[in-house]
Amino acid sequence: MTVIPRAAAENPGLPEYVIREPSGFYHSLNPATKLCLAALEVVVAFAIPGWLGPGIVLAALLATAAMSRTLRGLMFIGIAALPLVVSIMVVNLFILPGATDPIARLGPLAPTWSGLWFGLMTTARLLAFSSAVALAYLTTPIDDLLADMSRRGLGRRGVFVVGAAVQMVPRTLERVREITDAQRARGMDTEGRIWRRARGLVPLAGPVVFGALAEVEERTMALEARGFTAPGRQTLLRIPADRGIDRVLRRLALAAIAAIAILRITGRMG
Amino acid sequence: MAIELGSVQYRYAGSSTAALGPIDLRVDPGRVVGVAGANESGKTTLCLVATGLAPSVIGGRLDGVVRVDGVDAATLKPHELAQRCGMLFQHASTQLSHTTATVFEEIAFGPCNLGLAVDEVIERVWWALRVAGIEPLAARDPVRLSGGQGQLVALASVLALRPRYLILDEPTSELDPAGTRLVTEALTRIVRETGAGILLVEHKTDVLAQIADKVVVLDRGAVALSGPGAEILADPRLAGLGVESPASVRLERAVRASGLEWPAADGAEVIE
Repeated sequence: MTVIPRAAAENPGLPEYVIREPSGFYHSLNPATKLCLAALEVVVAFAIPGWLGPGIVLAALLATAAMSRTLRGLMFIGIAALPLVVSIMVVNLFILPGATDPIARLGPLAPTWSGLWFGLMTTARLLAFSSAVALAYLTTPIDDLLADMSRRGLGRRGVFVVGAAVQMVPRTLERVREITDAQRARGMDTEGRIWRRARGLVPLAGPVVFGALAEVEERTMALEARGFTAPGRQTLLRIPADRGIDRVLRRLALAAIAAIAILRITGRMG
Repeated sequence: MAIELGSVQYRYAGSSTAALGPIDLRVDPGRVVGVAGANESGKTTLCLVATGLAPSVIGGRLDGVVRVDGVDAATLKPHELAQRCGMLFQHASTQLSHTTATVFEEIAFGPCNLGLAVDEVIERVWWALRVAGIEPLAARDPVRLSGGQGQLVALASVLALRPRYLILDEPTSELDPAGTRLVTEALTRIVRETGAGILLVEHKTDVLAQIADKVVVLDRGAVALSGPGAEILADPRLAGLGVESPASVRLERAVRASGLEWPAADGAEVIE
């Protein structure tokens, strides 16, 4: 029997800013539902052959992002993926194995039509994958995700590992900013041409990595000092709603994933 | 009832020399014991040992005994110790859980870890907010506070576990004078209202002059000076131990060196 931990969503003693009802349909979905939908989007983008899979997913994601007012955040993540996109395009365009349909001859290099199409499709799939994950991230407060995982029985260590992993990127970026400012104050040139910026990365890498490692020890001790390893269940102050529509969406998403997997395995999907 | 360190000596894991001790120290409820000393004199190590985090969490070897209210700290689990000895670290940012959206929830993190009833969690959070003097911050995002505010949130987070003793490792080291004043006032209020015993490691001897009943000066892991706060902070040997005297003591010395009377004689003219 699943033990439901004490919850206090209806507790009159809790201030409103702790209860925080999310606004809008997609934001108010349960975090587990959003994760299931993201998983389905990734499976559709990669498992359905041709442009159909990534096409459907990207269109659905853009519509959802517009509806949930996260289009801007999604665009930032798309821009952040640009270096990866460029490298995928360059590699496929010029050195796709077996491609024999050159677009043009550029000395020893010959970009191919097959490489171009394959690169574009890989890029579309990659964008669908990153956008699906990003949309779930942008519409789910970290504490909601953790509270929901805790409610579903994930241990506090597991929950904390997930939380720390999600928080790692913004925390690392913050640390990079702090160290860059400190290095700049000591005369390091971090602006201008690309090679000059790249050179600035060398003195940045050490403090970022070693600083993060040193922080781990202090954070571990700080957690111990706050009773993190106490036995038993944590008290949850608020639990994200899990409505009927959530359960329906989750079941549909999981059924769709299973159906696609079966069709792929049996070869009926091409 | 007290934190007692008896002939305590501590070596970090992998080190052949002791970072602390042998040392004897006692912190009684309702009293503030200030600790000063140069860098690497063993102040942080003393805090870790007094809270039981060393060696239980970070390893190393401890000789001697640390007792909290008569109970050997080595027999207590970290979460049991946390409810007896709260520890506040130097950097406010590393003490935050980074998983909460408001200061209220951040302070509730500790009591929630203990699995307390929701009513009690809420009651403790409001109490800790009030004692730390940060009720207006309850709805704020804990990672977007000033240094002083962040340190007070960390202090309130520790208080919410209702420890009988607080071990504070340079809580004002990253703070400006305004932030330092906020923390000092909060500590004074905590001692007055909760009767907690405080072990306060602090480079700013002006803070110690304001609130410490007793001051211990460490040198290379051992106690170099120990006694009533006012007496130790006026000791001329402080400078040789890498500790600056409080401003009031330096002023007194400057006045006396210039041949004037200290304290000023009755009827002396006050220059503003």
